[in-house]
This record gives sequence, structure tokens and C-alpha cells, in this order.
Amino acid sequence: MRLLKLVPDDTNIHFLKWRVPFYSVSAFLIIASIALVFIKGLNLGVDFVGGQQILVTFTQTKEAPVAELREQVAGLGYGEPVIQIAGNKNEVSIRFPLPEDVADNPAASDAMTTNVVNAIKSEFKDARIDDLSSVSGKVSGELFTTAMYALGFAMLAISIYIWVRFEWQFGVGALFALVHDVSLTMGMFALFQIEFDLKIVAAILTIIGYSLNDTIVVYDRIRENMKKYRKMQLPELLDLSVNETLARTVMTSLTILVVLLALLLIGPASLFGFTAAITLGIFVGTYSSVYMAAPILIWLGVDSHSFVPEEDAGDKADKLARGEV
Amino acid sequence: MLDFPTWKRAWLWFLTLAAVAAALPTLGSLAGVGIPGPQVNLGLDLAGGSQILLEANTKQVARQRLESMEEDVRRVLRQASPAIRIGDLSSSNGRISFLLDNPTQVDRAREELLPLVNGSGPVREWNLEVVDGSRFVLTPTKNGLDQAVSNAMDTATEVVRKRIDALGTREPTIIREGDTRISVQVPGLSDPEALKSLLGQTAKLEFKLVDTTALQSDVAQGIAPPGSEIVPYAPGTPLAGTSIAVKRLGGIRGDSLTNAQQSFDQRNNQAVVDITFDQAGGKKFADLTAQNVGKPFAIILDGQVLSAPNINEPILGGKAQISGSFTTESANQLAISLRSGALPVDLTVVQQGTVGPELGADSIRKGLLAMGVGSAAVLLLIGFTYGRLGIYANIALVLNVLMLLGVMAVFKTTLTLPGIAGFVLTIGAAVDANVLINERIREERKRGRRVVAAVEAGYKEASRAIFDANITNVIAAVLLFAFGSGPVRGFAIVLMIGIVTSVFTAVTLTRMWVAGWLRKARPSDLAV
Repeated sequence: MRLLKLVPDDTNIHFLKWRVPFYSVSAFLIIASIALVFIKGLNLGVDFVGGQQILVTFTQTKEAPVAELREQVAGLGYGEPVIQIAGNKNEVSIRFPLPEDVADNPAASDAMTTNVVNAIKSEFKDARIDDLSSVSGKVSGELFTTAMYALGFAMLAISIYIWVRFEWQFGVGALFALVHDVSLTMGMFALFQIEFDLKIVAAILTIIGYSLNDTIVVYDRIRENMKKYRKMQLPELLDLSVNETLARTVMTSLTILVVLLALLLIGPASLFGFTAAITLGIFVGTYSSVYMAAPILIWLGVDSHSFVPEEDAGDKADKLARGEV
Repeated sequence: MLDFPTWKRAWLWFLTLAAVAAALPTLGSLAGVGIPGPQVNLGLDLAGGSQILLEANTKQVARQRLESMEEDVRRVLRQASPAIRIGDLSSSNGRISFLLDNPTQVDRAREELLPLVNGSGPVREWNLEVVDGSRFVLTPTKNGLDQAVSNAMDTATEVVRKRIDALGTREPTIIREGDTRISVQVPGLSDPEALKSLLGQTAKLEFKLVDTTALQSDVAQGIAPPGSEIVPYAPGTPLAGTSIAVKRLGGIRGDSLTNAQQSFDQRNNQAVVDITFDQAGGKKFADLTAQNVGKPFAIILDGQVLSAPNINEPILGGKAQISGSFTTESANQLAISLRSGALPVDLTVVQQGTVGPELGADSIRKGLLAMGVGSAAVLLLIGFTYGRLGIYANIALVLNVLMLLGVMAVFKTTLTLPGIAGFVLTIGAAVDANVLINERIREERKRGRRVVAAVEAGYKEASRAIFDANITNVIAAVLLFAFGSGPVRGFAIVLMIGIVTSVFTAVTLTRMWVAGWLRKARPSDLAV
């Protein structure tokens, strides 16, 4: 049986030839994403702004009566709710920001929940409350801060690890790739106003981990080739390394995308945003390890000398890496 | 590299089979077959249930501490012999200050106060300063205050647990979160209202004498005679909306109860709560009622008056009845609260969530389906791409899923909705190690190496990148765990365990199988 080969042997694409235009596009996208996040803002979920979210399924109707529901709930005087179809057409999510006089008063926000639920239940007999969450302003503020700290720490910690294992230039390259991945993902969330909650932060942290997989594989090959071909020009060497690892990059991205697609299309509806974020991140991350993480080494001036005195330490680490105990 | 002595092979198989066996009870319950053993817990978002996050009012702890210190200082100085007399004792900004009548007693006063200041624990609880010769200033230390808050939280957690147990709900999870919060999760509870009102009740019961000298007009304006305080009637009682003046000192607290039961008043069939004091409490109660026959005393719950009956005769048996316009339900709730003891600090609900059981079941079903379809696609892709090596990788992948499940069951980890995503993602990512290895073997073969050398080089060269990549994933997962909460933590746990099991199956196990095959078949060519 002939085996499948996704990337033909001896593929030699001159990735690095296009580094300047690609870098310019990436830089533009990063800036645009950050600008989007600040100008348009993220559609923060109740985890981060406080408020209430109620998930209702209409068991007897094919399509949720969104308009009537909106009228009914808005009539309660707690401000304008955000009502969206969640998953199936008969499932809706209702979100309320906390009105100012309720935000710091847990008892009042509690009463608000009860009122809203009762109003829905009395008007729509087939409404089933599937999920109800209410987060006070104080807790949500803390959640947001810690989530941002987690993102920042993860990016820093991983970059430092890469610096220790490789060279400082590689650490900077990894950090750049991560900033690229995180800001582009967040930019997408701002652009399409997809709900941004705690789960999405978890998704971004996951992306950080997996995007680094690609970067590390490419870096590892670059280091190996630097020791092997001491005289080779850097752009040429980077191209060689990216091409040599291309088959692996394509294959791995494909396997992850396959399972993510399964999760997106047939998985639980409430995981949609989460899965969409990771899927997007896998694309962005694969691109960034080729076009962000590698070319930056040229500008930061890495050469084979970086690794010559390091070999002993490297060998030791290799042994550890192979798990030879 | 490719050398696997028998003992090592046996050990690896033992580890694998043990982990897979641990997954059986969980798999059994999915298939509807009962297999005894620990199972993977389902998080609230999958099992359905309610979760509430309670926050303690720490200012209240500080205030109560200040009040009891005030009383202690007065008592200690009064009981010293000869007594040390002090001028007005004032407490403001969390500090206590007072002036000695006789400045020559400074050293003795300091001596007397020392045990109070140092406290009984390892940390000093108050700072004592003497200014201008005879003014004492007591300031709470941060350590002492933290300690007090921490103690109050421990007690509060215990009280919360007792109250929830009294409701008879199954397997609640009650944990302290951070310094001032308690997280409560009750699977299967779809209406948390009763739970919230039960936990929202501090249940601090007090009996205080009514200050009959207070003028009705003053009380209405909120002005209390010296030594008294104004307390409002509880909503729902006949006199709700009005207040009453009670004496601050000389009352007793209802925290020394041995029992509290809901029952009915014989005369009017109203719901009441019968309480029984312990011996010491019963004696105090008897003394209080004996000394004040004919006078009214107020029954105060959480700072609100339930009723203020006249003491008709001394109550000596240590039993009393509390009436306060209860419904059967609220009387029962109060009985539970009193039995479990008062909360040392008020708790408010700062976050809550309820997930219906249908949603969770639906999530599990769809998650499993997605996992099945996703894994099938990955297995086909890998199998068709890498041939024999791909089949090894596939067996490793299946074992990885089972081992992951097994390890999660043994550590009783909780599977949450994002955890399902973590599971599915682990499947996609776990094969990365095999892809790296197999691609490397392909390369080495292309360069003309012989099969054994190529396989050896494949594992050796790929290991470095696999190791580094997994470490970065661990870093991300650990931070996710450290900063995340609830469901997100469940996701992080799945990722972390998945990293360990996937390296084990994808690298170690496949290497063992490839080595075995190479030794036995001695192939001259390898389709890869």
C-alpha cells in the first residue's frame, strides 16, 4: 500500500524571501487588532463585567420567540438585555449588565435574577432554564485582572524557558510570535464581537502552548542545522529548516484541526466560542512560527557561534529530553 | 535507545494496564454497566447543579474583635486588685484608647493587659502604646487580624457545611477560596433559592433586656439612652417598621444551644422554634429571667427583634420557645441555622450559577460524539500516512485516552465542559510526538540510513523538540490552573495529565513496540 504524503519530498519553498512583506502585513495586523480591541472593545461576558446570564430552551417551539422575549424582559426595567440564539434555534442566551444601583448590592442582584426568571417562566410556559449565572461586579473585576495576569505570565514564562534552552534571540522571537497570536485572536473577538469570557482566556492560553510547539520544532531544527552547516547563510539556513519540518507542521496542524472541526460542528454548543478561538489560534500560530519566530532571528543576528560553546550543556539537556533514566 | 530488557517491558506494560484498568469504572458507567472503583467526577456544568460563591464581611470581623477587646479591657482592669480605674474608653478607626485615672498605675496596667495583647496564639494580636504618660492606645496587628479572619472563615466553612448537610443534599463540595470566600457546589440542585437564604442567615441569636426608660419619641428618632441601643423589628413581624431600645450589656447570646427544633405553639398553632441551652447557657438564661421577672426582654436574631415578650416567671429548665411570625419553612430554616451554630461573620452571595441537568447530559453526549468522530479521523489520517509506524501510533493514541481517563479517575479529578474540549484537544495534539518521530525517520531513511539506524535517529533527534514543546504546554497549563477557577481548572488538569500520559504512550510505548518489531522481523525496508 502506498502511504500518504502530504508534503512532497524535497519541497523547497523560499519562505524567507517574502519575509519583509509578510512581516509588514503581520505588524499591521497586530496593530490593527490592538486598535480594534481598544476602539471597538471586547464583548465581555458576565465573567468579566459582572451581570447575569440566563440560558433558556423553549421545549415546545422550534424557534425561540426572541422578539417577544426581548420585550418581556426589557419591560422589567433592568436595562436592555442582550439576547442571542445559542446553539439550536430554540435555545437563547439572555445577558444583562448589572444596573449601577444593583452592581454592589448582592441582595438586589439576587432579587433581579428571581424576577427575570419568574417573568420568563410565567410568559413562556415551555421555557426551561438551563443555565443561570450571576457574577457581582467585584468578582468579575478580579477575574478579569487575574486572567490578564495569567496571559502575561504565560507568555513571559515560556519566552524565558526558550531563552534558557536556546539563546536570547530565540526567546525574543518566541515572545513576538506569542504577542502576534494572542493579539490577532483577541482582535478577531473584537471584530466579530464574539463573547469574550473566562473560557476564551483558557483557549488563548492553550493556543500559546500549542503555537509554541510549532515554534520549538522549527527552532530545534534551526539549532541543529546551525551546528551542522556552519558556513551557510542565515536566510538560507532558516528556509532549509522550515522546509525540513514542513511535513510535520502540516501533519500536526491537520490532526489538531480535524478534532477541532469535529468539536466545532458536532460538539456541545456552549463550547463553540472556545473551540472557535482555539481553531483560529492554531492557524495563526502555525503561520507565526514560520513567519514571525524564524525571520526575527535574522534581524536579531543569530549565528552558529551562539551554539558552539553551548554544546556540553545542550548535550546534557538532550539526555534529559530523551528521558534516559 | 532501542534496547528494552524484559523487566523494563514488563514494567511499562504494568503501568499501562494499571491505568487502563482504572478507567474501567468510568467507562462502565458511560455504558450503563456498574463496575466498582473510583470514577471521574462530573463537574457541575456537566452533571447539573448549583454553585454559589460566598464572601465574608471582614470589616465585621474587625469590628467584633474590637468590641470584645473593649469588654475584655474593662473587665481585666476592673478585676485587677486593687482595681485600675480608667476614664472614658473610646474606640475609633479600629483602635481603642483610654486614659488611666492614676498615672502611677501605668506599669501595672500594662502588665495586666499583656495577656490580652499577646493573645493565646503564636502571633501578637494587638500593639500597645502608652502616650503622654497615661493614655493607652491599642491597635490591632495585621497578623492578629488576619488570624482572626482566618479563624472566622474556618468556623464559617464548618457552619456552612453543617447547614447544607442538614438539607440532606448529596455530595456538596464546600471549599474555602482565597482569604475571604467560600465556594459551595451542590450537584443536582436546580433551585438554589432555599440554599441561599439558609446560608445568608447569620443566625446570631441574642436575648437582651428592653430598656423601658427610653422615651418612645426618642426611639422613633433613633436616639438611645446611654448604655442602650436601638434595634428594629424584623420584617414580617407585627411591629415591623418600628424599633425598640434594648440594653447593650447584661443580655445573653444564644450560641450555647444543644438543640433547636421547629414546632408549633400550642395556643395559636403558629410555627415556632424550640431551643435547648447547654448547661452553662441554661444557667445564664435562668439567672437572667429570674432577676428580671415582670420585665420585657427582646429576642434578637441577626440584629432584628423577633419579639419582646414579658418574662412571666423564671425559665429554669434550659428550654425556651422563640416565636416571631414564622412560616413552617422559615422556622425550620432557623432551627437548622441555630443547630449548626451562628456564622461568625456575615456571608453574601457574590457569584452564583445553576446548570440544568438536560444541558449537562446534552454536552456529554455531543462531546463524546465529537471525540469519537475526531479520533476516528485522526486514526485514519495517521494510519494511512505512516503505515506500520502509524498503527503503533494509533494504538498508543487509544491507550492514551484510556490512561488519561484512568489517571483522572484515580485522582478523582473533575471533568468539566471545557475539560471535554481538553480531552479532544489532547487527542489531536498527542499524535504530534509520533508525527515528529515518524517524519524524522522518513528523513533519515531518505538520507540513506539503514532501518534500525533511521529509527534510532528518529527517536533521538525528535525527543529534544518533544520535550521542549511539552514543557511549554505544562507552563501554560500550570498558569491556567493557578489563575483559573472552576471549569477552567478542570480543563487545565486534563491538559496536564494528558501531557504526561501522551509522552508516555506516544514516545515510550511506541519505541518499545518498534524495537520489538525490529528485533524480531529484522526488516531491510520500512514503509514510512
